[in-house]
Amino acid sequence: MTQINVRVDGASYSDDVEPRTLLVHYLREQLGKVGTVVGCDTSNCGACTVHLDGESVKSCTVLAVQADGSEVTTIEGIADGKTLHPMQKAFHEQHGLQCGYCTPGMIMASIDLLKNNPNPSEHEIREGIEGNLCRCTGYVNIVRAVQQAAGEMSSTAGAQA
Amino acid sequence: MIPAAFAYARPTTVDEALQAIAAGGEDVKIMAGGQSLIPVMRLRLAAPETVVDLTKVAELRGVREDGDSLVIGAMTTHSDILRDPLIAQYGKLIAEATETVADPAVRHRGTFGGALAHADPAGDLPAVALALDAEFVIAGPGGARRSVPAAAFFVDYLTTALEDGELLVEIRVPKLGEGWGVRYEKFNRVAQAWSIVAVAATVRREGSTIAEARIGLTNMGSTPLRATAVEQALVGADVSLETVTAAAAQAAEGTEPSSDLNAQADYRQHLARVLTGRAVRAAAGL
Ligand SMILES: Cc1cc2nc3c(=O)[nH]c(=O)nc-3n(C[C@H](O)[C@H](O)[C@H](O)COP(=O)(O)OP(=O)(O)OC[C@H]3O[C@@H](n4cnc5c(N)ncnc54)[C@H](O)[C@@H]3O)c2cc1C
Ligand code: FES
Ligand code: FES
Repeated sequence: MTQINVRVDGASYSDDVEPRTLLVHYLREQLGKVGTVVGCDTSNCGACTVHLDGESVKSCTVLAVQADGSEVTTIEGIADGKTLHPMQKAFHEQHGLQCGYCTPGMIMASIDLLKNNPNPSEHEIREGIEGNLCRCTGYVNIVRAVQQAAGEMSSTAGAQA
Repeated sequence: MIPAAFAYARPTTVDEALQAIAAGGEDVKIMAGGQSLIPVMRLRLAAPETVVDLTKVAELRGVREDGDSLVIGAMTTHSDILRDPLIAQYGKLIAEATETVADPAVRHRGTFGGALAHADPAGDLPAVALALDAEFVIAGPGGARRSVPAAAFFVDYLTTALEDGELLVEIRVPKLGEGWGVRYEKFNRVAQAWSIVAVAATVRREGSTIAEARIGLTNMGSTPLRATAVEQALVGADVSLETVTAAAAQAAEGTEPSSDLNAQADYRQHLARVLTGRAVRAAAGL
């Protein structure tokens, strides 16, 4: 066992983990953060996407020990109390989901995309979330949701400036 | 699935890493970004006794200049490469190919050195390194360094000149600035997919003549390849559609690509000719 100190969604944890524990399993099984899901065995689907020190990663392809000393943000940590994050709200309003399995990863990947490119074109949105697969929606409403969130987030950022 | 149990070392310097590798027993795996290694371990296709994780070895990360060369640390991530000002100025071929690798989340972890050490013939960076005549700087037990040219680094399918106990430290490539045109042409069918075939081309023009041309082929055999016949046909030739098309027709010469569910060998050879034509035209400014 190896000790790790990690901040997840704003709370600090100190835990013993086996080195082979994947970050996603640590989050789900040890911390109970089951909002982050596992969709594949091949690092393709992106359902498990979280932010590690502010950057999107596939948490099934990072070891929990590698998060030692880091800050992790999951889908459970982005709302402000009961107020949804603009990206969550946009997925809800634009029907950016059907079964919802891909949604936690889609939202985390989309937030990462807007951080680097606040006003992406449709093409840039499709490229930006290419690591996230959806078996239900055909992506059209997902792209609309990201466009809506981009509009809202840049206008609030503008208002604050 | 989760990986089989292993002992874990997380060194912070190259010397510590070499010691951990030496002390790790029979089956030691170096972990860079883990974006190829962790999936393989999850499928239990690899079950190393010890994993030596390079993530905290800061000296291996970053890009610097050394005279006419760019020196890229093995642990420089794909997304570091895409943000790096020196790469933007002198390493456009590397940037173009890196942009096509996987997806943003994988590029946040996966590294330049890891992709080269992995030596997947479908990987996008090996053919680029070969086309650039990159030099691989390798550290061995005790810290001794040696340098291996790209032509000798890629030995076979997933096999490089790296010996047990060795570590890839950095990769040196020539700066290609003014006068050089580049293009990475990748053919795949769906998002985040590996290349079915891809071509890395870099061309230096002197007026209306091609002075130098270097062309690397991705996934046209068990290792990346140089399209030598095309290069020879281009040097000294006029920059024209006819000469480039005639030269590109030789792109599949001497190649033995595999057949798999994505493409038959003869289709891969066809793609190599078409993509070489496109890549050279773009690199030559046609
Ligand atoms: C979904 C997905 C899609 C992908 N698509 C593409 C693609 O389109 N094109 C492409 O090129 N790649 C693709 N990749 C692979 C990606 O580029 C990886 O980043 C890369 O292959 C391995 O880099 P890494 O840093 O993660 O290395 P790791 O996975 O950590 O290591 C890979 C191998 O190299 C060895 N190694 C690593 N670093 C060193 C070192 N410094 N010295 C000695 N040995 C070392 C390891 O022991 C291991 O055997 C994809 C990966 C995924 C998960
Ligand atoms: S679970 Fe599919 S990429 Fe992580
Ligand atoms: S909504 Fe079902 S997988 Fe995307």
